[in-house]
Amino acid sequence: MKKFLDVTLPVAVAVLVLGAWQWAVAYWQVPAYVLPTPSAIARALLANFSSLMTSWLATLTVTVMAFVFATLAAVFLAILFSESRTAERTLYPYAITIQVTPVVAIAPLILIWVGYERVMLAETLIAGIVAFFPVLSNTTLGLKSANFDLIDLTRLYGASRWQVLLRIRLPTALPNLLSGMKTAGGLALIGTVVAEFVAGSGTATGLAWRIVESGNRLEIATLFAALTLLALTGILIFAALSLLEWALLRRWHESAISRQS
Amino acid sequence: MTLLSLSHVGKRFASTQKDGGTQALDNLSFKIAPGEFVSLLGPSGCGKSTALRLAAGLLTPDTGEIVYSGGKPETAFVFQDPTLMPWADALTNARLPLDLKRVPRSKANDQAADALARVGLEGFEHAYPRELSGGMKMRVSLARALCSFVEAARPKLLLLDEPFAALDEITRHTLGDDLLRLWREDGLTVLFVTHSAAESSYLSQRVLVMTPRPGRVAADIALAAGRDTRLAPPTIQAQRAISETLSATMAA
Repeated sequence: MKKFLDVTLPVAVAVLVLGAWQWAVAYWQVPAYVLPTPSAIARALLANFSSLMTSWLATLTVTVMAFVFATLAAVFLAILFSESRTAERTLYPYAITIQVTPVVAIAPLILIWVGYERVMLAETLIAGIVAFFPVLSNTTLGLKSANFDLIDLTRLYGASRWQVLLRIRLPTALPNLLSGMKTAGGLALIGTVVAEFVAGSGTATGLAWRIVESGNRLEIATLFAALTLLALTGILIFAALSLLEWALLRRWHESAISRQS
Repeated sequence: MTLLSLSHVGKRFASTQKDGGTQALDNLSFKIAPGEFVSLLGPSGCGKSTALRLAAGLLTPDTGEIVYSGGKPETAFVFQDPTLMPWADALTNARLPLDLKRVPRSKANDQAADALARVGLEGFEHAYPRELSGGMKMRVSLARALCSFVEAARPKLLLLDEPFAALDEITRHTLGDDLLRLWREDGLTVLFVTHSAAESSYLSQRVLVMTPRPGRVAADIALAAGRDTRLAPPTIQAQRAISETLSATMAA
């Protein structure tokens, strides 16, 4: 029953909102270049389906690559930080600097440096910078939160740092890592959109560029179709990461266990 | 014969305030013979836990020395909190010492399963800590301590830091009896930190009463035989003697 409501309630809201939207546009005769009807958006989606799919694939590729590289780099750096206070002292200010500098401001520079002929790489870099920080800060916190007594215990048995990292610190940090990844997944998509906006015409092929292009041509229905695909991609990423989190934590972590009452 | 001896051990902890830190232990000396069950009893904050960590080699003394005659024993440590890995089942938790010592997996599994059975947790090998009661978690912790002992030739030192303090009385009693059984069967040397005169009078052969901070040994009480149950007259008598000594120490 609970699961049933989880699905039916949001769907019911969607049906209601879309129905009202369709009716309102017809009733007030809103021009299609301001607000197209949902049915017009669906038609635009179908009419441009193959080109939109190509754009979607480009956006998804950059997002996923940025997310994976950012996560790997952040976990590596978090391990370095948790193992060496000196490394953390030296590098953490730079990690924060990169985080607080608006990515839109440095994106043009990255595009110039990497070059428009390698636009995918530049986009991945930009999106990766956006996605990087939450994984770094969450994982660093998690690695440092390992139970002191448990660590003392491993010392009694002559455990190496590597063993302590693998057996105690990383599992302790897993919930933090996953929560960082959930934030990073959304941010990677946002970063990709920003990168595509900045990259502009000609070389960029993703959904965000389609939005800019459709806007310029006043093809608002296509714009909405691209927007819908972007939103769906975000939801898909979030769902996939939530599933991963559930699979890894369901046996032991409080967050994944539904309390029996 | 001595397994462990602390002589004139002092330990100071630095503090963030400018009061020069805390002198946890001052001139602490005692000896433990192989196979003995010794309680370390004192008011809270007297440095009992510090003494235990020094004995384990987890801390180094500022002054004095700690000597293991007959070589460094295999040491197990049980905390007041079970200190289990929440992401691992009971078997994996008990197996931790063996895994860290790189004992082959199948052999380690056998020994860990055996240890769990000996503390009464047969059938709970694949239960996660959150699925176990407080007493059962402490049993897993004891099973893990048993898995610390792999080399038959080396002395076995079991250090317990108020292990039953957070448990209810009934659980405390059954776990105490289990501890006594394991001590007898395995020839362990036990150093048991507690603040309960009743617990120490029943479990141990000798009680070291400590002074308030900075901790020293105020009295070394050897307990008479015949303490077969918690309510046997010799046990009660011992408990009274320990309590009186403790009160006198606190008053001094």
